[in-house]
Amino acid sequence: MNNRIKNLFANKPKGLLSVYFTAGFPSLNDTETVILELEKNGVDLIEVGMPFSDPLADGPTIQQSSTVALRNGMTIPKLFEQLQGIRQKTDIPLVLMGYLNPVMQYGVERFCQKAGEIGIDGIILPDLPLREYVDEYKAIFEKYNLSKVFLITPQTPEERIREIDSHTNGFIYMVSSASTTGKTLGLAEQSQAYFQRVASMKLQNPGVIGFGIHDNETFASACNHASGAIIGSAFVKALQQEGSLQENISTFIKSIKH
Amino acid sequence: MSYHVNEKGFYGQFGGAYVPEMLYPNVEELRQNYLRIIQEPDFQEELQLLLKDYVGRPTPLYFAPRLSEKYNTKVYLKREDLNHTGAHKINNTIGQVLLAKRLGKKRIIAETGAGQHGVATATVCALMGLECIVYMGEVDIERQAPNVARMKMLGAQVVPATSGSKTLKDATNEAIRDWINNPEDTYYIIGSVVGPHPYPDMVARFQAVISEEMRAQLLEKEGTENPKYVIACVGGGSNAAGAFYHYLDEPNVELIAVEAAGKGIDSGESAATSILGKDGIIHGSRTLLMQTEDGQVTEPYSISAGLDYPGVGPLHAHLFVSGRAKFMNATDEEALQAVLELTRLEGIIPALESAHALAVLNRLGAKPEEIVVINLSGRGDKDLSTYLKHFHFDEQ
Ligand SMILES: Cc1ncc(COP(=O)(O)O)c(C=O)c1O
Repeated sequence: MNNRIKNLFANKPKGLLSVYFTAGFPSLNDTETVILELEKNGVDLIEVGMPFSDPLADGPTIQQSSTVALRNGMTIPKLFEQLQGIRQKTDIPLVLMGYLNPVMQYGVERFCQKAGEIGIDGIILPDLPLREYVDEYKAIFEKYNLSKVFLITPQTPEERIREIDSHTNGFIYMVSSASTTGKTLGLAEQSQAYFQRVASMKLQNPGVIGFGIHDNETFASACNHASGAIIGSAFVKALQQEGSLQENISTFIKSIKH
Repeated sequence: MSYHVNEKGFYGQFGGAYVPEMLYPNVEELRQNYLRIIQEPDFQEELQLLLKDYVGRPTPLYFAPRLSEKYNTKVYLKREDLNHTGAHKINNTIGQVLLAKRLGKKRIIAETGAGQHGVATATVCALMGLECIVYMGEVDIERQAPNVARMKMLGAQVVPATSGSKTLKDATNEAIRDWINNPEDTYYIIGSVVGPHPYPDMVARFQAVISEEMRAQLLEKEGTENPKYVIACVGGGSNAAGAFYHYLDEPNVELIAVEAAGKGIDSGESAATSILGKDGIIHGSRTLLMQTEDGQVTEPYSISAGLDYPGVGPLHAHLFVSGRAKFMNATDEEALQAVLELTRLEGIIPALESAHALAVLNRLGAKPEEIVVINLSGRGDKDLSTYLKHFHFDEQ
């Protein structure tokens, strides 16, 4: 298992804050600044979004940040170039998240090799089928010491959750409710039952809850049911406020963790 | 070589179900049930009765004398334009709505380009008393206004898709997002042989009635089930899949798929996926896809909203790569000329989409005794304002 992710969950089994942002947004070269500022403000894990033209699982906020990032010129080679020296500056666990097609065009093995060299810890590709991962790519991910993080939802049957758990080695991304990203309805009653059901399964991987987490209250509530929570759209929105990147990041993270 | 989907949902290297986990249970539910349900006798009975008495099938296979004379070959038109609602799309929506009912779904969603699939979906929802939401690109809402009006009249809610090129691809994205947000009560009626497995196979099966009828009709008229050529336009590829289906394993029948070249293959404004696309993933399916070197989907262009799509169904990607079908293309201008030609030679105003199939007749090289069947996928009422403007008939 990847050491940075393993150590994180070993040292901080509860209350962990993970933040997603779209690389290349608001400006092309903000990637490193955003990562370093998030770490400075006490975030535990970072998901670096690789923008895609047709992000099917995303709501309007991340669609828009993706469009802007692509217009700014973000590409996978560009992102790798920006992240090249990142391990001299920070040890925070970094996970790349995106859709399969751009990774496929770059070449899956080449992608994993490059990510491994840079010191990336995990990869999330929501539209890569579990079966195909196991049959064709798992050995490659393991060779480059990358955790492949899978999503589960309230509709995922127990048997499939166990299968996913057996094929991954970082954490499990628990989608809070059936939705695209960016909905702010809060965590529904049914979600609580689902969180408890997953907790009682005693999986080998820790769970982190994402989708719909957008403020202090939803963050705290998610943390009651899992090792931590992931914030995406709410953070991307915060980056669009007036003010410097530094100010926006610090204000937002304080509002979540207070 | 097999041209049918395998048990993993692939046609050769193409197909599959590349969907995020949020959609996995829905797609699985369909995959596990679709064949069983559509083979049930009571399903077939209900479907066949509706196709006959409601849709108006079988559609005629019409020998087009003046078109035949002009091109010095035997041209038949499969009159899908004569279906209720004016295109082949209803063959599929009738089938899928019956399936949705048997799965206990209450809310129907669909995407549409030309609006024919939207109208066909709104129609069957009215018939079955189901809620209907249709996603349509803003550009298409504009250029296919008559169909928007029909959908509204039928009680459907038409939701504009405002991202990307505001056309079919973007409407499909929005429909998929709706499905992610409503996984329990909602059924997504996809309008072409695209999307994750089992959709391409399921839609092809519902459209296969086109070639099933062609065979019987040709036997009656020509004493043979097999023509020399079958020609169909390809957006996602459902009318072509239906017209080709029962000929896939008849190597002597040449299958011709016609894509939209837009303003020309190299103009940067085209939708000819077989030439401009490469292996990629769109809308849950691995197929040929127009994309940048970085794997971002390219905005396609065609004057025809139904062909303005940056991919093709995985069956067609396989037919192209394997060489089983020949892919040709027609520009906006060539399609428009074909519209006028059919209108004036045979008194039939075709849809812009279908006109692309007609437009390759002059370069087919068919011999006088050879039989050419063109799938006339839809009628041109929805495109009249485009035609009037283009041919300046609105000024006379
Ligand atoms: C009349 C007509 N023909 C063809 C098409 C293209 O779709 P497909 O390639 O799935 O047949 C459309 C789509 O809207 C249509 O309305």
